[in-house]
Amino acid sequence: METNRAAQNMADPEAERIREDLLRPLFHTSWRFYTGVGVLVAIGLAGMAAFAYQVYSGMGVAGITRPVFWGFYITNFVFWIGISHAGTLISAILRLVNAGWRRPVTRCAEAITVFALAIGGQFPIIHLGRPWLFFWLIPYPSERHIWPNFRSPLLWDFLAISTYITGSLTFLLLPIIPDWATVRDRSTGLRKRIYTFLALGWQGTPREWHRLELAMRIMSVVIIPVAVSVHTIVSWDFAMALVPMWHSTMFGPYFVAGAIFSGIAALIIAMALLRKFLHLEQYLKPIHFDNLGKLLLLMSLLWLYFIFAERLTVWYGNETSEMATFWSIQRGKFAGLFWTMVFCNFLIPFPILAIKKLRTITGTVIASSTVVVGMWLERFLIVVPPLERKYLPYDWGSYRPTWVEITVMIGTAAGMVLLYVLFAKFVPIISIWEFKGPQSKVSVPAGSFAAPAQSGTGLQPTYQSPLPRGDVGI
Amino acid sequence: MNAIYGLFSDSDSARNALSVLRTSSSELHIKTESIRVISSEPLEEEITGKEKRSLMPWIAVVGGILGGTAGYALAAFTQRTYPLPTGGMPIVALWPTGIVIYELTMMGAILATIVTFLITVGLPRYTRRIYDPEVSHGKILVALIDTDQELRAKLRQKLLEAGAEQVKEIA
Repeated sequence: METNRAAQNMADPEAERIREDLLRPLFHTSWRFYTGVGVLVAIGLAGMAAFAYQVYSGMGVAGITRPVFWGFYITNFVFWIGISHAGTLISAILRLVNAGWRRPVTRCAEAITVFALAIGGQFPIIHLGRPWLFFWLIPYPSERHIWPNFRSPLLWDFLAISTYITGSLTFLLLPIIPDWATVRDRSTGLRKRIYTFLALGWQGTPREWHRLELAMRIMSVVIIPVAVSVHTIVSWDFAMALVPMWHSTMFGPYFVAGAIFSGIAALIIAMALLRKFLHLEQYLKPIHFDNLGKLLLLMSLLWLYFIFAERLTVWYGNETSEMATFWSIQRGKFAGLFWTMVFCNFLIPFPILAIKKLRTITGTVIASSTVVVGMWLERFLIVVPPLERKYLPYDWGSYRPTWVEITVMIGTAAGMVLLYVLFAKFVPIISIWEFKGPQSKVSVPAGSFAAPAQSGTGLQPTYQSPLPRGDVGI
Repeated sequence: MNAIYGLFSDSDSARNALSVLRTSSSELHIKTESIRVISSEPLEEEITGKEKRSLMPWIAVVGGILGGTAGYALAAFTQRTYPLPTGGMPIVALWPTGIVIYELTMMGAILATIVTFLITVGLPRYTRRIYDPEVSHGKILVALIDTDQELRAKLRQKLLEAGAEQVKEIA
């Protein structure tokens, strides 16, 4: 008799063990969770206190002053928006190409996107002198009949980030609905009531599954150009200004490549932490880190290409004001940071990721950690040095961050980690139905696989269905 | 609504049950539309039957067009209402307005997809319906709704013969 994956999953107690494993973090809480949350809340509160102090005292307590009006806050804005590219973009691409190994990875990645956007989106508001008036950025009919300037890149940011966070939330939440239904059926008391509400009355009818998969395919197609546009528009915050080393046509792709680079690095670190603390060793396997490590290697080379191309163009042009900024970065005040960035983004990760023996879980985490540091430095070097060396030498200046900016930065980073920890506590961090499900879409003739698939590993060999995908198409 | 349903531990027995129910539909006065299948993961269409073609992709396209049109209208209308000459650019400039149109096109497509999904599957829905928490443990539920009371015994027998682990009734 012809068998299929669904039959194996349903009948096999292994499938039930997978459900239990993936749901365990939701039902069991260790002291480490409370300790971790306590520490993160404390750091987050410190950041909020620093921000409150800034609101009370005025922007003077931050280090930004003429001529450098963009400092740590805008650096962090660009950095976190970049990190947000880890999830939705990567997940959407892997969904579209039907990469089987994506299943344990996608939700970890998509959650990073949503929370990084939520954190990154706060920085322009933190950066405002009067943050309580941030809603002036929103196009709404006011009594003054004044609308935002649609030719301002800041408004493009608002529209792009709003679209991206709407799409990313949808992309994250739609596939969670069936998993919330699973949690609902296994809960009691208040927890059951909460998950009953969240599951929206999901049953699991063929129509529901069909429409869910169709909606996810449409979202995968839509979200990729949105993700690209978001970081392109963030780059245009700079490129639209006539500031040395900002006014460049390559800033769009340069920023997008950097964003994907830092995003993959953040994803690898998050996966390693989840693997360790939630005991997901059987699901987040070395092969996942190996595959993401290869992607990181590719992005490292692409990053080097962009850095070289950008600097070569400036150097060859030899325009006076640009060269002032160029030399301050290459061998002046910022040289230390620049070469640290090169080490972190290329010289350290390249050999680790290029040599197969070193591309282990530990190796990829080390490489990713240096990349995250390096990419933050890159954002800083894009934002600050050009503002210190603008066209008029009598208007040159310097920037030093204050304790307020540093505390806010650390506090928001803790906020990001806190959101992620809470998410992993209340939502199965690996999609249960997707982990088991998509294989069941096709009948698998015996012997179709070169090697027997191990149930629950998420590493089943890719199988091209001889059957049509139904009548669904985008 | 009354119903009788069987819980199957694998898709082969669920497929078998559906086949039995469909072939004996005239004998047991079963309407095809009264058969329901519920599972914790997507099943093959050959088991559940082919789903009707959805207009969701086209609705997403229409949503995108509406979003883009709204984007242009918002940008053009507001800029003309309160003209802000900037950098020698026209009041309604093509390039920046294009960005607004692009983002709102995407926003329209996303919102149209969400709304279409929720409407076509009837979510959220908190009313009583056929369901069994065993589905979350991997069982496949095959149900017949609005069946005659006199036929319940025969249906129960058919479901058990097809491999149902349990058969339950909703009065």
